[in-house]
Amino acid sequence: MKKLDRYGYVFIAPFWIIFLIFSIYPVALTFYYSFTNYSGSGTAEVVGLANYARLISDSYFVEAFFNTWKIWGINFALQIGLALVLALIFSDMRMKLKGLAFFRSIFYLPNLITISSVALLFGILLDWQHGSLNMILLNIGLISEPINWLNKPTTAQLSVSLILTWMWFGHSFIVVMAGVSGISKDYYEAALIDGANRWQTFTKITIPLLKPILLYIMITSLIGGLQLFDLPMLLTDGIGSPDGSLNTMVLYLYNQAFKFNNYGYASAVAYGLFVITLIFSAIVFKGMYGNERKQARKV
Amino acid sequence: MLGKTAVEKNVSTQKIEKPKPELLPHESKLKTRNNIVKSIIYILLVLMAIICFIPFLMMLVNATRSNEAILSGFTLIPGSSLVENYTNMMEYVNIWSGFKNSLIISVLTTVLSGYFSALTAYGFAFYTFRGKNFLFVFMLVMMMVPGQLGLIGFYELSKNLGILDSFIPLIVPAIASPFVVFFLRQYIKTTLHPSLIEAARIDGASEFKIFHTVAIPIMMPAVATMSIFTFIGSWNNYIMPLVILFSPEKYTLPVLMGFLKGSQVAQNLGSMYLGIAISVVPIMIAFLFLSKYIVNSISAGSIKE
Repeated sequence: MKKLDRYGYVFIAPFWIIFLIFSIYPVALTFYYSFTNYSGSGTAEVVGLANYARLISDSYFVEAFFNTWKIWGINFALQIGLALVLALIFSDMRMKLKGLAFFRSIFYLPNLITISSVALLFGILLDWQHGSLNMILLNIGLISEPINWLNKPTTAQLSVSLILTWMWFGHSFIVVMAGVSGISKDYYEAALIDGANRWQTFTKITIPLLKPILLYIMITSLIGGLQLFDLPMLLTDGIGSPDGSLNTMVLYLYNQAFKFNNYGYASAVAYGLFVITLIFSAIVFKGMYGNERKQARKV
Repeated sequence: MLGKTAVEKNVSTQKIEKPKPELLPHESKLKTRNNIVKSIIYILLVLMAIICFIPFLMMLVNATRSNEAILSGFTLIPGSSLVENYTNMMEYVNIWSGFKNSLIISVLTTVLSGYFSALTAYGFAFYTFRGKNFLFVFMLVMMMVPGQLGLIGFYELSKNLGILDSFIPLIVPAIASPFVVFFLRQYIKTTLHPSLIEAARIDGASEFKIFHTVAIPIMMPAVATMSIFTFIGSWNNYIMPLVILFSPEKYTLPVLMGFLKGSQVAQNLGSMYLGIAISVVPIMIAFLFLSKYIVNSISAGSIKE
């Protein structure tokens, strides 16, 4: 038996060789670069913590941080709200709605499309003069003159948020629905007998029991949202126009490295982003589970 | 609890459970009110479905219209400039080469990730060796690290290895896919009993033979589930090929889309719409056939977290 166990190493060897070369080493190398002034060619000079000092005082990075949060936050609130409402409607025993499979599929469809295609598509649909959206709104009479969606900071950010919502609410809905179908029907029947209304059933049974699922959606959406890149890159000029409002953290990282050749500084941006992701994931985690412990103690 | 069993469970609970709460007499008035509410909800749902689909419809319609027609106004009636739009687009951008490149990369990525993740998962699940637990936990920790963290180091590494502007850095790293390994290990731990392996050993099968003939078939449903996500992830990946590839003939579809935007094609909106449509429609057709499977996979994947 001992002899056979050596095969364990053989089986996991390919994984670890590739993992070390293409995952661990790049992460370590980036960490090293974050302490240098490396510019993509020539030698890298170690500059200590200078890049990180610059990062904290860099108004563009701070701006990118808040932009990313604004865009993600609006999108997430809408996305999870829609998903919950839909799940509430479809799981309602008194309503018995049909067509769940159909709606689930069609709501999920936008999520499957390559983001760069989505960005390009909305780029021309939202076009100021010739975009279909403005033409429709003008036809209906909702607006009297075309709105330059992608040329004003607020509408540009809102556009990205709404596109993200459009892309992701179906996915969240599927996940929430999976969680709802995992909740025992006994609870709902008991609530029905006790005369609980829909809102009570929803807030007292569905939401508390969905906590782990909601946490999962929130963490994965947060990690994905903080890495927002494709949409802002392709919707406008690729450096965050208008007025830097679409300058997100990863877009900033990309431009610093591959447009301006500040590899050292861009590496520090990458690690800044990583630390931010860690901190906020921890806060979300604590926020959702810390409360529970407090409540448990009270009882 | 993983993969297929979970999917089946999901489907069956939805089908079987249809409780009929008895209506009391005074509730019949509520029933008509309920029907009105129900109608409103259906209308809203259909409206949402339309919102989900209409951008694609506009895209398809505009792909058949000439630039002038698109500029002059909006309609949902197809035009007759499909062929012109196509020849105009192909003059500047060969979209089919992007298609081919994306397909090569995504298929190879999916195959490598599936096979080697199964191999690694099996190694972790059925052998005891020194450092096993440490390696497994280390892998889980690395799973949390976002892809962008190593981007610059990855680019430098590829440069030093002389594999920039090739498909290698986009395909080979798929051999190490921690999440897939994690998922498959949990799966095979619960579905493959060690006694089955013992029996195969007594029959004189080699370790690799056991893996290929016993473990792989059992893991197949879970591998398929993960493969869908690997494929979609690779197909939609934008930042990596954008950083790695320089030659337009090697561009993947997402990078080509960005290229399209900055090219002469952008002068003709009809051709732009057509280019986007060509990148989108095959995915939509694939989804038509796979939607149920994909939706169930997402459900199963999230419940397991």
